Amino acid sequence: MTTTVYPAKRILTMNPSRPEATHVAVRDGRILAVGDLAELEGWGAYTLDTRFESKILMPGLVEGHSHTMEGVFWRYVYCGYFDRMDPNGHMWPGVGSIDEVVTRLQDALAAREETGALSGWGLDPIYYGARRCIREDLDRVSTEVPVGVLHASGHIMNVNTAALEAAGLLRPGINHPGIPLGDDGLPTGELKGPEAMTPLGPHVGLDRRLLAGDERGLREFARLCVRKGVTTAADLANLLPDDAVEMMLRVTGDPSFPARIVSLRRFQDLSPAGIVERALELAGRSTDRLRLGIVKVVADGSIQGFSARLQWPGYYNGAPNGLWYVAPEQLQELYDRALEANVQVHTHTNGDEATELVLDSVERAWAKHPRPDHRFTLQHCQLANAAQFRRMRTLGMCVNLFPNHHFYWGDQHYATTVGPERAERMNACRTALDTGVPLAIHSDAPVTPLGPLFTAWCAVNRQTATGRVLGDQERIGVDEALRTITLGAAYTLKLDHEVGSLEVGKRADIAVLEDDPSEIGGERLKDVRVWGTVHGGRVFAAENI
Amino acid sequence: MGHRARRSRIRGGKHLTMVAVTVIGGYLGAGKTTLVNHLLRHADGVKLAVLVNEFGDLPIDADLIKGQSDNVISISGGCVCCSFGSDLVGALMDLPQMSPEIDHVLIEASGVALPGSIADTVSLLSAYRLDSVAVVADASTVVSRAADRFVGDTVERQLEAADLVILNKVDLVDRADLDALLEFTGQKAPRARTVSVRQGQVPIEVLLSHEPPIRNVPPRAPSHPHLHLDDPYLRLAAHLAPLGSARAFAQALAAPALGLLRAKGFVDNVDGSRDLIQVVGARWTVSPAPDTPGPARLVCIGIRERMSENAINDLIAAHAASNEMLLQGETPP
Repeated sequence: MTTTVYPAKRILTMNPSRPEATHVAVRDGRILAVGDLAELEGWGAYTLDTRFESKILMPGLVEGHSHTMEGVFWRYVYCGYFDRMDPNGHMWPGVGSIDEVVTRLQDALAAREETGALSGWGLDPIYYGARRCIREDLDRVSTEVPVGVLHASGHIMNVNTAALEAAGLLRPGINHPGIPLGDDGLPTGELKGPEAMTPLGPHVGLDRRLLAGDERGLREFARLCVRKGVTTAADLANLLPDDAVEMMLRVTGDPSFPARIVSLRRFQDLSPAGIVERALELAGRSTDRLRLGIVKVVADGSIQGFSARLQWPGYYNGAPNGLWYVAPEQLQELYDRALEANVQVHTHTNGDEATELVLDSVERAWAKHPRPDHRFTLQHCQLANAAQFRRMRTLGMCVNLFPNHHFYWGDQHYATTVGPERAERMNACRTALDTGVPLAIHSDAPVTPLGPLFTAWCAVNRQTATGRVLGDQERIGVDEALRTITLGAAYTLKLDHEVGSLEVGKRADIAVLEDDPSEIGGERLKDVRVWGTVHGGRVFAAENI
Repeated sequence: MGHRARRSRIRGGKHLTMVAVTVIGGYLGAGKTTLVNHLLRHADGVKLAVLVNEFGDLPIDADLIKGQSDNVISISGGCVCCSFGSDLVGALMDLPQMSPEIDHVLIEASGVALPGSIADTVSLLSAYRLDSVAVVADASTVVSRAADRFVGDTVERQLEAADLVILNKVDLVDRADLDALLEFTGQKAPRARTVSVRQGQVPIEVLLSHEPPIRNVPPRAPSHPHLHLDDPYLRLAAHLAPLGSARAFAQALAAPALGLLRAKGFVDNVDGSRDLIQVVGARWTVSPAPDTPGPARLVCIGIRERMSENAINDLIAAHAASNEMLLQGETPP
């Protein structure tokens, strides 16, 4: 029973009864006490560890919606517009034009030892003006090796001519809404939507089975967590077959594994009764660093893919309404059974019509099976209006909003998808807090980069990539944002009694920062430097991870 | 609507024909699974692969199941059922290695899926030929579903994509309501033919082009309607003289006025080549079919009361190469 006391420049606890402190004492992986040294000395003998005395400590950050797949993507060539850090801490500069994308892929092809297809990810041609990326662009990388690059949204892929040939799609007469044709009647190499992308995936090294995640990906993801100050991350979601669970138990059980992973079981390939039974079974296999037992269900698609279900008047550009990914009857049965069995459900909605369906369905389920503190959570829920937030509060629901969207796609939402009024209301963090709906905010990594401090910056500033402030009234304060990326997210995962604040009895999960997020100012929140983390009392420095 | 199907692939001197795919759509509870089981029960030697989203809701009747592994159920008669989760394309790509003997694929779409999108997807895979989109509708609920606040437009988009509407559970509605329902499906599914059934009991040759008689049974003289008055379906088989244009013939067979549900023919052209004609509702395809034995012939099936044997015989006569002049008129007499 050893006790370690860490003095720090400042400790932001997120515990309202003792919001700041100078010392934290850790024993057996848990927080023994937070206060000043004199107070802590009452607990008896201790070792003083001064390595954080010039650092700012706050509770380990909690990412409430990401995908461990982020760890897999870094095997491919990063082709994004914005600078992005890989698990090694290398900051990949953004690529500013299609020509630069081609150059980066050419360099990668020349540098690599492997043969076979060349894969890239993170492409976002909307920043390159009206010109689309076409197969002739990627033919400059290679006319022989199949080349494929996934877009940042994950909904579109660009490939070269060799890839189309390999997939048997370089032929005239293709009539598919996801495959635009050039003047020659042949596909341009742009593939939109999963139906169009999947036939190409195996030919360009972006096989869906691989993208679902593996051991190496999980380890890489956890390294990235350390670099971003994240100690608990939700993986939304996984099919969690037994062999995947075994692997995750083994990997997270490694004494050096630096994060707590909350992996949700996706509602797919089982009936509502079957998924609830499986969730209970999985919950029984949870360990400290691998938490199982929550179910995720996807109700609709995405806004920028025009597959989200919107209420009247629909899409700003007149696109037809989106798609349901679950039948309302199945959703109802799932909620009924889950509430009855006390299994938590997180539901992906993007459009406000999908959110409305969820609210109606939860209301009916709750009337049948009153269950206090169920914490059913709406994930993304980007277009919810004020009345819907009021219903969430009444129904005891939580919401995990997606402010990063404002930065990456806010300008498109304003101009094309939902129009100015709803673009300004999207991800209404202010309304959620004012209404009393428990709030989390997330990155959906790898869709946008993992980094709760960046996500907090997005919620505080609501700036788009071109600098427009989209919905000034929905901004939240720095203190509120910091609470949201710690206790707020922990609450949606039913972990707020264990993590999310630094106070006696909780897990010794700490984000170690070089800069003080409460003083740096909202405009610079994203620039706060992360030294590393403490996880369950184990210290992880980003530079050694 | 129609087009010339892609040339079938030739590998190692062997002709690999594209495997036919039927997309079975329709809202949750309409009777898709019942229809699939009916087809499996009456497959009569046709080897079917059924692709379902998931095994969650017992997709196959227990007495048909021979064995089951994680995501494959083997079924008596050489049929299989596979779950594809969210990866239909992957399942279709894997199928030829897994079950090389398959004649026909049935994709059972999820209750909220758009069968038209699935059909678009099938068209990307060179090993497959989209045969038809069949949308099952529950006669007792389809009208109210189509007006539902959340799923109404989904139900309408499902019907819109149909080549065949299988109006199921007609025993649950009055005769008078049935007429209104047929008008309803006619409006919502403008390209489709509607078949009214109970418990999914559609004659298999409406949905499958592989009905055995085409190869094995010598063509018969035109059948006599009065022999089968209790049967709502009329089946015809006929020899064909060489045609002026296989495409024009196929297109004519697809005309709504003729009332055919499905037609399949091996036809000879005046240049001596042979084509395969496939017609389902308004959808028609013509593909080269060299080396097919037997005389040129046509088999078709339709609803007895909406179909005229004489009109079909006249059409056959009018499209014979020796009779092409007849086609100059508006419609064959």
